[in-house]
Amino acid sequence: MGETRKISLSVNGKTYEEEVEVRFTLADFLRQQPGLTGTHLGCEHGVCGACTILLNGRSARSCLMLAVQVDGQEITTIEGIAPSEDEMHPLQEAFRDNHGLQCGFCTPGMLTTLIEFLGDNPDPTEQEVREAISGNLCRCTGYQGIVAAALDAAQRLREAKGA
Amino acid sequence: MKPPPFSYHDPSSVGEVISLLGSLENPKLLAGGQSLMPMLNMRYVMPDHVIDLNKVDGLSYINDEGGAISIGGMTRQRDLEYSDVIKAKCPLMHDALLQVGHRQTRNRGTIGGSLSHLDPAAELPAVCAAHDAVIVVQGPNGERDIPFADFPVAYMTPATEMDELLIGVKIQAWAEGHGYAFVEFARRHGDFAITSAAALLEVGSDGGITRASLTVGGVGAAPVRMNEIEQALIGQFGDEEKLRELCEACREIDALGDVYASSEYRQHLATVLSRRALVKAYDRATGKA
Repeated sequence: MGETRKISLSVNGKTYEEEVEVRFTLADFLRQQPGLTGTHLGCEHGVCGACTILLNGRSARSCLMLAVQVDGQEITTIEGIAPSEDEMHPLQEAFRDNHGLQCGFCTPGMLTTLIEFLGDNPDPTEQEVREAISGNLCRCTGYQGIVAAALDAAQRLREAKGA
Repeated sequence: MKPPPFSYHDPSSVGEVISLLGSLENPKLLAGGQSLMPMLNMRYVMPDHVIDLNKVDGLSYINDEGGAISIGGMTRQRDLEYSDVIKAKCPLMHDALLQVGHRQTRNRGTIGGSLSHLDPAAELPAVCAAHDAVIVVQGPNGERDIPFADFPVAYMTPATEMDELLIGVKIQAWAEGHGYAFVEFARRHGDFAITSAAALLEVGSDGGITRASLTVGGVGAAPVRMNEIEQALIGQFGDEEKLRELCEACREIDALGDVYASSEYRQHLATVLSRRALVKAYDRATGKA
């Protein structure tokens, strides 16, 4: 084991204090120490987007950060987006209803990316959705369903807000 | 694919960074990590020490100084993208940023990291070349200014010394209402461009061009300013056929060739994209776009 450091961070609202190897990426840390394996690793060099998480509410690739860098910060992973144990996030509902996933490998990255995007742009065009997920690769090539789900989710979120 | 073992340092001041750079063997600076982290994961680089700049105070800012803008080295690409100062004073940079990677990478990536990595096809170095930006670096003997024209010394190699840190960028704004356009050709949205073109134009009340800047990226080892075309543009009226004729000079650029794109193909793209950028910039300057 190489050089380690003690870090304290909040993941999905829960505080973790862990000793971590300084060369560990955030993605490997999340999967191996808190055991949150919903964050997927595809390419491990910032191309596929499967490992996207929310860092203080902003989407980021967890394979392109070191775990030591998030000391004192707030992370949301795919495990933390649903409001409760038996209730799904509107994006998750929309993905289910629109066949927005097949194998599910890219789904965590798609959802975390879209949560931030729909916050910034609640009423996007189809083209804007396609651009927003251009950094997330789906190898089932289920993009049509994903785009439909994103547009449907945008509408559900607007309605939930009473817009 | 995991980063090789290294010692991690997270200094809080520029002074500490410079003293670490002067005392550590084989260090690497970590800014936004959107280039260095993939290189570490694939072990293209094997530093003994990683100096993380994310906790250094005072390196993230966008200051409107009237005719100029001053940007801190650790300013995130996202903050630049959403900045009203950048939109108003340096719209070329806004245009370019929308083509830099993806939202997830712009949230982390920094202007100083992009300039220091100095990929020949990267958008922000091309914007700095177009604007004759001044790069501010700090070393043990204080600060020094490097005009962007002198900043790239070789392929992906900036003029920053081993014990210096890029702390900021100064950009002179062009006249209000100037024309601008950043166009690029990439195989997929967000990829590095195969070739890009950045144009800035000032146009007089008679519609004649009074000032011009044209930069081609992804073709040479660093962004190339097309000085001859810039001079020939003065006094022109944005006629597309004339612009097409002037841009033919891009076929003479000493162009890189690789397995993805031959040098002839890059010269061709430079010719076409330069014309498109100039047409768009002229239309914007004259209120047609």
